Amino acid sequence: MSELSTTAGRAVEAALTAGAGEAEAYASREAGREVRVHGGEVESLTAATQSGIGVRAWIGGRVGYAYGTDLSAAGVAAIAGRAAEAAAVADEDEFALPPQPAAVEALPGLSDPSVEVWTSAQAAALALTVERTALAADPRVVAVEQVVYADSAERVAIASSTGLAGEYEASDCFAYLQALAEGEGGRETGLGFGLARGPDGLEPEAIGTEGAARATAMIGASKPVSRACPVVLDPTVAASFVGLIGGALGANAVQRGRSPFAGRLGDELAADALALRDDGRDPAGSASAPFDGEGLPRRRTDLIEGGRLRAFLYDTYTAKREGVGSTGSASRHGYRSLPSVSPSNLIVAPGAIDFAELLAAAGEGVFVTDVAGLHSGVNPVTGVFSVGASGRAIRAGELAEPLREFTIAGDLISLLGSVRAAGSESRWVPFGGSVSTPPLLIGELAVSGS
Amino acid sequence: MSELIDPAVAERVLARALANGGRFAEVFAERRQGFSMSIDESRIEAVQSGAEEGAGVRVVAGGTTYFAHVDGLDPADLERAAAEAASALRGERREPRALEAVASTPLPIERRPEEVPAARKAELLRELDERARGQGGEIAQFTSSYAEARRQVTVANSDGLLSGDDRTRTRIGAQAVARRGDAVETGAETLGAHRGFELLEDDPGEIAEQAARKALTLLDAGPAPSGSMPVVVGGGFGGVLFHEMTGHGLEADHVQKGASVYAGKLGAQVAQPLLNAYDDGRLPSEWGSDAIDDEGVPTQKTQVIEAGRLTAYLYDRLTAERDGVAPTGNGRRESFRHLPIPRMTNTYIAPGESTAEEMIAELDQGFYAVSFGGGQVDPATGDFVFGVSEGYLIEAGKVTRPCRGATLIGNCLEALMAIDAVGDDFFM
Repeated sequence: MSELSTTAGRAVEAALTAGAGEAEAYASREAGREVRVHGGEVESLTAATQSGIGVRAWIGGRVGYAYGTDLSAAGVAAIAGRAAEAAAVADEDEFALPPQPAAVEALPGLSDPSVEVWTSAQAAALALTVERTALAADPRVVAVEQVVYADSAERVAIASSTGLAGEYEASDCFAYLQALAEGEGGRETGLGFGLARGPDGLEPEAIGTEGAARATAMIGASKPVSRACPVVLDPTVAASFVGLIGGALGANAVQRGRSPFAGRLGDELAADALALRDDGRDPAGSASAPFDGEGLPRRRTDLIEGGRLRAFLYDTYTAKREGVGSTGSASRHGYRSLPSVSPSNLIVAPGAIDFAELLAAAGEGVFVTDVAGLHSGVNPVTGVFSVGASGRAIRAGELAEPLREFTIAGDLISLLGSVRAAGSESRWVPFGGSVSTPPLLIGELAVSGS
Repeated sequence: MSELIDPAVAERVLARALANGGRFAEVFAERRQGFSMSIDESRIEAVQSGAEEGAGVRVVAGGTTYFAHVDGLDPADLERAAAEAASALRGERREPRALEAVASTPLPIERRPEEVPAARKAELLRELDERARGQGGEIAQFTSSYAEARRQVTVANSDGLLSGDDRTRTRIGAQAVARRGDAVETGAETLGAHRGFELLEDDPGEIAEQAARKALTLLDAGPAPSGSMPVVVGGGFGGVLFHEMTGHGLEADHVQKGASVYAGKLGAQVAQPLLNAYDDGRLPSEWGSDAIDDEGVPTQKTQVIEAGRLTAYLYDRLTAERDGVAPTGNGRRESFRHLPIPRMTNTYIAPGESTAEEMIAELDQGFYAVSFGGGQVDPATGDFVFGVSEGYLIEAGKVTRPCRGATLIGNCLEALMAIDAVGDDFFM
């Protein structure tokens, strides 16, 4: 047993001693680095280690939580004591019971040794390559605001008074840039990014080229005419919407009447073209792990299949409320957060037609490459959205002039219902959680410009 | 105030950081304590507390910053972080200056939230729940959260500065869901300040009623109009609009990289002469106020727009050094795990001479945005979006009906120039 598991076990004991009836501890230790590059130089180089523990304590059906960074015996005891104290303040909830152990299958492939092997100088060279590629891609790319490279390797351990015990390691890394292009009297920005388990898996040239292409494509953009028309969503944009839909399929929101999908289980919500699943074990997904934030096995859950809403996502608490089983969907943002229901990796099944055919099927419409204001422009309770967007016009089935300063508006249920086709080329996107999606053709969406 | 790290330890850490050269070194130590809880389905839940401490050490050499951070404040760990930050450097050892403590006066906290019993905070949330549900049977759901956070910081640098701050912020939020048949609407309100529990001693239940009323109002709302039209922005939210729309473009890191539409525009007329705007980190009790910034620079009031002319950018130490100016006390870090960057404190537009009624009366057709749910800007292009959480249609000089789901969109250069009246009722 590793030191981290020992610490977690000690925290559980301490919470019981402090008066908790049941307790669970989640500990993590992480080493990471970040390189920022600008103008051919390394702007900053960060080396980081962090570790901490979060303790959940139950007193009957009352739950409390505490976390901290002090992993000494006294520190852990203090955190555990605060968790028990917090539980005493909460109200009784008959469904708030600790998870019971379930068989967890190992999940290899979550760690890439290149994270450990690469030196910071190599990481800096990768970031510089991204910048150089973007600048060389097109003379209209005048600068790169910043290239960021970051990686981390994490170990997670969980232990509980009900006998749960588990541990795993995972690594991940990403690089992105914001390219600046100028032309026709205006300045445009373009994002390029790549994700992998380790730096060996990144393609710096592709990342730089993407940022340059996105920025230059927007030069000379104008407002589209307001209308309802076919819209093609780029995978980065589709991912944001898929993330919102996945979030609204969490049982917590559904049970508390704060999801547009409440009461819709089994309904035909989408065309056959759309299949959506949550898969916490796909090795390519950055949210994959052998077990979830409360130690239960991650798994695959089909959410939308054959156009029908097949399932919601559950953690132990929401599952108890409905008398069903957890789908292994308790997520945490590290040791600082209580586990709560949320998707792991959301995967939209790719369709049969490629991007050119998707545009051809759209005919006359808009290709949306960026959205802004998702935080304020989407109501997760009602599903109604109105967000800022930019992209390209689609004319006679082909990409035409760039468009900016418009909004797209609708609601998540209607959006699902009007997905006409999914493209054949999927991509992992870190927006909206961890999402793999192809471009999507929406039959009709309200575009508001001039 | 007491330091989180002993000055002698800080000096050793700074010396270790400059062991391989570099022109500037700094250690930033922080203790963070937080407590929060919420009420949902009229039940107190998610009661949680956190305690973290750690430090970040940076060394600046040439155009590069080397940074390492550790959890905990053990002197040996701090020295290890300093060695880690310096490890990529190959220069001559530099000696940091002897530390000299600079006094700073943290914002006063009348009633320390951690000394208020948790049961009192739970009682407060129950009161909010009752007040919101008392607004009528159409209030189907109500959730509210309480959060307190204390950040104690100590900064020491190789120029000999030793300073610190002790910051406590308290906040409550309320979200209501109203339902009538198939129609569902939401309303939200928050109250937060750089204050202690005294913030919640007046009438905190008021925000619960406001959130509920917003949701109820929207049940009667129609769709938002589309197209370009004049907009009247409600008091308090003009500052929010300015913060998102223009403020980010004044942060010197964006400006120096050419990633701001305001780069090269110092002294230029960017708004009508009636507009004056400030960034002020010294406003008593305000959310964005602190005694010092996260680099130990005292916070200040900076006029960024004077009679429509752009008069200043917002700086941290490094960006100020690059422009050969004094830092403006805007060096902010998310935590000891982050490098400082120049970010706004409290931004606001100075009050003018018009009233909202006058502005509305002048419009044949327009939109009255009373409050925003949030916004976003790309400082490089100036394109912005704002979600309106409470908005009304203006027709023939009168507010006629509420609108749901409105989003304001535009470009900040044009929008700022198009501000042609400023209201006289000032609040943050």
